[in-house]
Amino acid sequence: MSTHLAIVPAYNEAGAIAGTVADIHRHAPDFDVVVVDDGSTDATAQVAAEAGATVIRLPFNLGIGGAMQSGYQYALEHSYDVAVQVDGDGQHDARHINDLLAELRSQSGVNMVTGSRFLAPDGEGYRSSVARRLGIRVFARVLSMITGREVTDPTSGFRMTDRRGIVLFAHDYPHDYPEVEAVLMVHAHRLVATELPVEMRPRTAGRSSINSTQSAYYMLKVLLAVFVGMLRARPAVDAGDDAPVTAQPTI
Amino acid sequence: MQLRLQIVSILATLGLFGLVFELVRRRRLMERYALLWMFSTAILLALAVWKPLLDRVAVAIGIFYAPSALFAVALGFILVMLLHFSLVISRLADQSKVLAQRIGLLQERIDVLERERTAAFEDEDERRELTRIP
Repeated sequence: MSTHLAIVPAYNEAGAIAGTVADIHRHAPDFDVVVVDDGSTDATAQVAAEAGATVIRLPFNLGIGGAMQSGYQYALEHSYDVAVQVDGDGQHDARHINDLLAELRSQSGVNMVTGSRFLAPDGEGYRSSVARRLGIRVFARVLSMITGREVTDPTSGFRMTDRRGIVLFAHDYPHDYPEVEAVLMVHAHRLVATELPVEMRPRTAGRSSINSTQSAYYMLKVLLAVFVGMLRARPAVDAGDDAPVTAQPTI
Repeated sequence: MQLRLQIVSILATLGLFGLVFELVRRRRLMERYALLWMFSTAILLALAVWKPLLDRVAVAIGIFYAPSALFAVALGFILVMLLHFSLVISRLADQSKVLAQRIGLLQERIDVLERERTAAFEDEDERRELTRIP
């Protein structure tokens, strides 16, 4: 029997996390839920545990990348076959989880399915600031060019991966703003990614991890990561390579 | 180079070298990170003491006023050292991330084990209660 895991990273989401967990339990009962409490100062972990989720409590705030990777490490250690990322703030509609699963299962050889806000049939499933939408468009173009497949929503965190994706992300996951770089990583490791139209809801509580003043920094940082990543001889660590974290002297 | 400037340069580099040495001796600075400092100060000391060498360096890199070459070399070392620190910080950040993730996963396992153990004890207590009644 195949086992499924929903990874829900949450930072100070005590107001929304119970609803998110309940939503997943209701609409995708096959999925175990693990909430990664990324060093919250509020009662996120307690609320999530009471809602029936497994909770990984990080000792301090690692940021979305480090938190998400912990979720993938949990999935790897507990031998899950499928993992889906769901935001803790309730933006991702749990009803789409089964759509993502169907898409992942529909064709063999697909390793990752991303829920895209911009493929939705009415074309306006998502409203955001002009600057952010422009940024998303730029990343979409760059990634589509690099990967040779159409990428419409590179910043969507609503993704499902199979076992190969879990293994890859548990061992190596990008840092601060990981979604865009993760698309590139998947491509560099010759995994196949597709997209599926989904609708996303506005946030119910809490604040977005990226405010408008950080958007420019976000763009530059991710573009640097994308281009440096392309020039890297081997994008990640394979078995037998030097450890990425070593005590070797630098320079 | 003026004698006064030469004396100041020598004293400054000697002082820096001595400070680094003392910090290593007191185990406040790891040898790994001290080597770069000692190497830099040794080179700067050599340039300050031995004027012809400084003059040749100045000519080689196109600096007319030889003492400026001393600053140029020092600036080069400072840049290398700052980059070195950025590398060390990146590595430390990576290491602390790995540790935090590990702690989170282990904590979850402990929670599960403790719950199981508590449940097992409660079962045991219940069984004893039941068996005690004749």
